[in-house]
Amino acid sequence: MTRIEDRGYAHPELLVSTGWVAEHLDDPGIRLVESNEDPLLYPSGHIPGAVEVDWTRDLNQAVVRDYLDRDGFQALARRIGITPQTTVVFYGDKNNWWATYALWVFRLFGHTAAKIMDGGRLKWSNEGRELTREVSAYPSTGYAAPERDDATDRVFRDGVLAHIAAKRALVDVRSPEEYSGARLHMPDYPNEGALRGGHIPGAKSVPWARAINPADGTFKTAEELRRIYLGEAGLAPTDDVVAYCRIGERSSHTWFVLKFLLGFERVRNYDGSWTEWGNLVGVPIEK
Amino acid sequence: MPGGPPKLESMRAMFSAMDRAERIQALIDVADGFRPVPEAIAARPYPGERRVPHCESEAFVFAVPRDDGTLKFHFAVENPQGISAMAAAVILDKTCSGAPLDLVESIDPDVMYDIFGRELSMGKNMGLTSLVNMVRAEAARHRR
Repeated sequence: MTRIEDRGYAHPELLVSTGWVAEHLDDPGIRLVESNEDPLLYPSGHIPGAVEVDWTRDLNQAVVRDYLDRDGFQALARRIGITPQTTVVFYGDKNNWWATYALWVFRLFGHTAAKIMDGGRLKWSNEGRELTREVSAYPSTGYAAPERDDATDRVFRDGVLAHIAAKRALVDVRSPEEYSGARLHMPDYPNEGALRGGHIPGAKSVPWARAINPADGTFKTAEELRRIYLGEAGLAPTDDVVAYCRIGERSSHTWFVLKFLLGFERVRNYDGSWTEWGNLVGVPIEK
Repeated sequence: MPGGPPKLESMRAMFSAMDRAERIQALIDVADGFRPVPEAIAARPYPGERRVPHCESEAFVFAVPRDDGTLKFHFAVENPQGISAMAAAVILDKTCSGAPLDLVESIDPDVMYDIFGRELSMGKNMGLTSLVNMVRAEAARHRR
């Protein structure tokens, strides 16, 4: 794999290599954050100094289907010992699927000093780098966060309806079977009860994992990504794009790719996604 | 729907009583005891029909008949990050190997929900439930 800075990304500074992370383990301005689907992974071994942010417990509200509010985010940020100036480097399982999700939530609160470790947990592990079970704790900070920004990188169902009416671009990052309506859930996952199968009208199908090199979990080069998203899907960097999946996690990965690796001007993640749209009364679908 | 091997039901009750942190630590300790299927039983590449469907950790199940009519279960987990699958494999081996086949066949497919906790992701639960179902199917196949 080529070096990150040689891959032609619009914002290469949003990605760091495993080697870079290894060189910054003791950097007090860096906080490593592991975010996984599997809650057993972090305690079974993580990069020294890393803290865990769990997508269910730490990023979502327990009662309302929504993300943390400002107080909740401040509490999280203070607990993991970061300030607004701390560079947070996210990594995790599933080719950084949950890491990009966490980064997306942090950016909702204006924490833009955030990066992804290319290749994620698996690449670090496969390189034989150190893992520890020692849980790091950091002094609490007085992190003061702004109110959550739900306009810049996030879109709700009414916004999606307006987006469709304006015939703007949508990317469905689920599996082709979910996109076509042949199945209501991703392969190897249970049915979550969406009433209808199909996709949001006008959406192009680009499964999220196409952005990844399967061999090591790193992101494909900008040229390879352009072939997929511009060449095959017909998107343009000037498009106003909405990405969606099932609950907004896989689409946060595509949001990251379009916004930071390809430099699209406006990309928003519809986290209501198919678990909302597939059950909504009065909205259209396509099969 | 209790009714599986008593050792498994005991383990289910034990894990159900734990809080999240205790359960995670206990499961990691269990997973540390995972040993893959001996080469004398099965060697790579493992046959596709032994692979657990829906399991992202690439788990395989092998059942070897014993003289007493029970089975010795062996497992392989090819994904080094498949900690949950490894823990489940150890639990199933410890509780189902040597157990009467009718009890193994009657394991509640939801047992992993109680052992791993409801907060385990849907994908993981589906894979672990498939692992249980494959053990049950092996018991059923050898009973006939």
